Amino acid sequence: MAKQATSPRRKWVTPKTVPYIFILPAVLLFIVFTLYPVISSLILSFQTSSGGVSSFAGLDNYRRLFNDPLFYRALSNTFIILIIQVPIMLTLAVILAVLMNSVLLKAKSFFRIAFFMPAITALVAYAIVFRMILDQNYGFVNYFISFVGIDPVPWLNDPFWAKVALIAAVTWRWTGYNMVIFLAGLQNISKDLYEAASIDGAGKIRQFFSITLPQLRPIFLFTFVLSTIGTLQLFDEPFILTQGGPNNSTLTISLYLYRAGFQNFDFNYASAIAYVLVIIIATLSWLQFKVAGDRDD
Amino acid sequence: MTNKNKGKQLLGKIGMYTLLFIGVIVSLFPFYWMFIGATNPSGAIFSIPPNLTPGGHFMENLRNLNESVGIWRVVGNSLFITLTFTILSVFICSMAGYAFAKFKFAGREFIFFMLLIAIMIPYHVTIIPLFRMMGSLDWINTYQAVILPNLAYPFAIFLMRQNMRSIPDSLLEAARVDGAGEFRIFFRVIIPTMRPALAAVAIFLFMFQWNNFLWPLVILGDPDMATIPVALSRLNGMSRIDYGQIMLGTTISTLPIMVFFLLLQKQFISGILGGSVKE
Repeated sequence: MAKQATSPRRKWVTPKTVPYIFILPAVLLFIVFTLYPVISSLILSFQTSSGGVSSFAGLDNYRRLFNDPLFYRALSNTFIILIIQVPIMLTLAVILAVLMNSVLLKAKSFFRIAFFMPAITALVAYAIVFRMILDQNYGFVNYFISFVGIDPVPWLNDPFWAKVALIAAVTWRWTGYNMVIFLAGLQNISKDLYEAASIDGAGKIRQFFSITLPQLRPIFLFTFVLSTIGTLQLFDEPFILTQGGPNNSTLTISLYLYRAGFQNFDFNYASAIAYVLVIIIATLSWLQFKVAGDRDD
Repeated sequence: MTNKNKGKQLLGKIGMYTLLFIGVIVSLFPFYWMFIGATNPSGAIFSIPPNLTPGGHFMENLRNLNESVGIWRVVGNSLFITLTFTILSVFICSMAGYAFAKFKFAGREFIFFMLLIAIMIPYHVTIIPLFRMMGSLDWINTYQAVILPNLAYPFAIFLMRQNMRSIPDSLLEAARVDGAGEFRIFFRVIIPTMRPALAAVAIFLFMFQWNNFLWPLVILGDPDMATIPVALSRLNGMSRIDYGQIMLGTTISTLPIMVFFLLLQKQFISGILGGSVKE
């Protein structure tokens, strides 16, 4: 015992240093692979390089970005998807969660697993499958709707429908995931609230709007922020489903960043795109927290 | 009165089940379509009316898939990368989570805050400097280039911290009184008692890395080094696509994780939620 206490191996493990030793690997990795790249990316965005030599270029990349119609295209596409997809998905998720939480429902875990299943698959795999299901001539969806007398829809070949397809794909993938988060929120709402409301004669619909929704507000904020961040980073789906087309109608910011960085190898310009994305995400997250926070007071 | 109520309840029930069953079909049909496709020749997948029955082309699709992307090598790459990543990351993130949950130290709040912010930073911001870094280390097309950057996964550290908070302090004190060193306590006391939480985080990390696409796509250009999603995207981009092959490929990428999930779904779902949405 005494020998161990004096051995050099033990000396630096004191109650004071122990927590630092425990976080050391994580912090080191974080500094090298996150913090350094984040800063380095910022520096790159203020530089240009030609022939392997980098030089300071001030705001040139950003100026170029704000005069780039394709960037505006990517920006507006991403926001259109965000504004339409997230509310649809969260509404569906809440409805499913409420049904799933109903005392009348049997086989709850079957439904829960079935709805969650899309969230565990590789984005690449489901995007490929969706591409086939949505094929204009041979896809299952067009075959199915032909029974109802609807003409084949050019899901992936028309600028409007390609966006619809992308939104449908993202919704398919993430609704169940959000449903599970809402379900956890629902289970934390006290039963007494509902009992008191039914004694007062409030119906189910009334209870949903005056108890369930207000009680779920923090969960809404949480899922809203997560979904916003996720949508702003949308890459895999448009990359596989449509390659950003047709006519750049599904070009997202992330896809544009990939094109600039890894197809044109313009790292400086791509870094500027990345930083605009950071600023947008930071602003939106801040706004969402602020809106929610103000209402709480 | 009660009869009317019962009728209403029955109607509500029918409506609820109809809605849920439509949802289930929408949710699961693409999987079914994929499995069917994996056993059919390319032509049978795109036929009118659609073919919804399994065929006998599984082995042939497998042979073709192996010829075009070397599927066994690719599966091996994915498995090696994902398992190594998961084991190391669980270890690193649980150590950090434990320190954040159970020790007071200068800088704790600040470092934790930085990690939380990192959750919000788009991954894309880091890929260009990371790509350059890997280039100068001569690590492009290597396993470590894929494994290392996400090991300190902030969300996993966050989940571990939330879960570690439930460890009673008396347990730690008892172990200290018994003369156990801090590392001994971590490995002999904390890790065993936290096994369910570790399992949940492990599944989460496993799924993340198995399905990870953008970074491996960027860093693994050599077809021999490709992971499953990267190989699939390459197949998808070919000018003449053999759909039987590609459906089998997507099946191979999905099935293991599906089985894994079905076995461990309770832990996985509670692990994702582990304290993240409370309050």
